[in-house]
Amino acid sequence: MTNQTPIAAVALRSVGKDFGDFTALKDVTFDIGDNEFFTLLGPSGCGKTTLLRMIAGFEATTAGTIHLFGDEIETLPPDKRPVNTVFQNYALFPHMNVAENIGFGLKMLGWSKADIDARVAEMIQMVQLGQFVHRKPSQMSGGQQQRVALARAMAPKPKVLLLDEPLSALDLKLRQEMRAELKSLQRETGITFIFVTHDQEEALSMSDRIAVMSAGEVQQIGTPEDVYEHPANRFVADFIGETNLLEAEAGTVDGQSVMCQFGGSSISATTTGAVAPGQKGWLSIRPERLTIGTALGEGSIPARIGQTVYLGTDTQVMAHLEGGATLGARMQNTLAGADRLTEGADIHLTVAPGAARFLVE
Amino acid sequence: MAAVGGGRTVSSAFAPIRLWLLLPSWLTIGFFLLIPVLLMLVYSFLTKEFRGGVIWEFSLAAYDQFLFDRGLFGDDPPTIQWTYITIFARSIIQATIATIMCLLIGFPTAWYIATRPASSRAVWLFLVTVPYWVNLLIRTVSMKFLIRENGPMNEALLGTGILDAPLQLINTDFAVQLGLFYSYLPFMVLPIYAAVERYNFALSEAAADLYASHWTIMRSIVLPVVKPGIIAGCILVFVPSLGAFLAPDLLGGAKNFMIGSLIEEQFKGQAGNWPFGAAASMILLSMVLVVLFFYARSQAREQV
Ligand SMILES: Nc1ncnc2c1ncn2[C@@H]1O[C@H](COP(=O)(O)OP(=O)(O)OP(=O)(O)O)[C@@H](O)[C@H]1O
Ligand SMILES: [Mg+2]
Repeated sequence: MTNQTPIAAVALRSVGKDFGDFTALKDVTFDIGDNEFFTLLGPSGCGKTTLLRMIAGFEATTAGTIHLFGDEIETLPPDKRPVNTVFQNYALFPHMNVAENIGFGLKMLGWSKADIDARVAEMIQMVQLGQFVHRKPSQMSGGQQQRVALARAMAPKPKVLLLDEPLSALDLKLRQEMRAELKSLQRETGITFIFVTHDQEEALSMSDRIAVMSAGEVQQIGTPEDVYEHPANRFVADFIGETNLLEAEAGTVDGQSVMCQFGGSSISATTTGAVAPGQKGWLSIRPERLTIGTALGEGSIPARIGQTVYLGTDTQVMAHLEGGATLGARMQNTLAGADRLTEGADIHLTVAPGAARFLVE
Repeated sequence: MAAVGGGRTVSSAFAPIRLWLLLPSWLTIGFFLLIPVLLMLVYSFLTKEFRGGVIWEFSLAAYDQFLFDRGLFGDDPPTIQWTYITIFARSIIQATIATIMCLLIGFPTAWYIATRPASSRAVWLFLVTVPYWVNLLIRTVSMKFLIRENGPMNEALLGTGILDAPLQLINTDFAVQLGLFYSYLPFMVLPIYAAVERYNFALSEAAADLYASHWTIMRSIVLPVVKPGIIAGCILVFVPSLGAFLAPDLLGGAKNFMIGSLIEEQFKGQAGNWPFGAAASMILLSMVLVVLFFYARSQAREQV
């Protein structure tokens, strides 16, 4: 580690995990920077928890290495790693009250009673649980337990905090509040957060960077904007946000832009990978990047309105193209009671510049 | 068990039905449990009839006999009668040692079974209980046969040259403890198993994550959380051990008399003394109740 870049908080190199003959993780390689809010995002069963448990030390790697601030940690048991975890179901100690739960790690580290008391008080204030100090976990709501779990994991000032779907047990409103709170806690404390979720909205709204995972492999790593705007492959485009995915074929290629044929229509799309003319792939267009108009404009496609679904802030419109393809579009309902689009009406779809993306896989 | 605070109450709409559903239990408990105990209480204050049985005449003689020695003809000044107190003390010690042995062996056993894959746990539990399908008397006699001076155990130890003189086990305190331990081990294993099986192992991981060593996790997380199971097991072993008479009779011989045998003797044959047996039972019962009372109170306090 003699190069100029700062030492990574967590460095994973070709990390793999097999359970018997089932491969849960394959060749995971990436760095998580210090002070970063890093999210592991992926569908259920893709190996997020497994990866987190390997960093925490509950699960041994079957391949590769894990370094924590430059130190190799695979051989260390969980109680020797300067890493703390917020467990999915909190795993609060049922026989201890809030203060004892929060102070447990400090006691194990051999802090003095006075130091523990001071730190616990600080943590309790941080998560605003002042009036619950003497309560047992069973006497608290899910949201309050969640805060205790957070305070307990943060009290020993870990170098890295691991959070396994900490918000999934909360209701929507509370979840949204906690998102903001977690994010600002991370900013204030400067602790590296590794946050696991299968909720793409959660990932987009909180993370500095996201690793999108599928079936034990990392599909793409990037900022929320990166993974949303420039998905690396079909899986990422589909998993993050809504998108229209259409089978397409590359026509003329000009650097980063490619002319795509799909279902009898053609459109100019961006691409990242090397694309050869005639190559088959997928065209991804986000619904909100489509505009519906009545007049033919430059780059617009004639279409007919199919089903419309009113969704409050906006309306989802299915538009059938002449070639047979169907695109979903989203129109903001900026005017109350404005004319709804009528089924069967002829319109023109305009694709925002750079909004169409050609994906090879 | 102890985990849920506050306590749930069933909706009052069910109250009338509940009364009817509970009636058989109440009747059974009342009829077969409370009435016999009350009967014993009454008998303990009656006068003894010489060939067993009682004369319906109030008397404190049974309790007096238990506590005081008034000489052969009953007219010496009373001194403390140590015989029975000693038997009680020995019984408590024997039962305590048997309980500790059961706990030391039972906890790892229960832990092992509860941490097996769910599919094989039933088999292990079955194996633990298999010997208990055989009558306790037969098992105790077998144990006597096994450990006696020229029994298979000693023969094996002598034959292999591990020992050069037979182990004198039979008619010792240890033989009684062994017998009690063997009689009641499943009563320790089963409640602890039930508690460990419910234990959430994520708690152990959380503790390890918070820098606790294996030993500390066991001591400050696992044991407190499964404590209700351990206490239930201890009560289930201690109480019957205290009143046991088969193991002390068959394995302990005359020197190692315990309460159970003392009481048994009072109701057996012509030499019996029913009021005295009833009084000894009442004293035993009150001791057990005191222990249970303190346990219940400490539990109630922990709930807060
Ligand atoms: N101890 C184990 N033995 C065998 N297979 C396991 C074990 N733990 C996990 N797996 C398998 O590894 C895969 C990844 O599991 P993991 O718990 O990491 O998924 P996840 O991404 O966290 O999913 P979720 O979002 O549902 O929590 C799953 O297919 C799971 O069945
Ligand atoms: Mg998981």
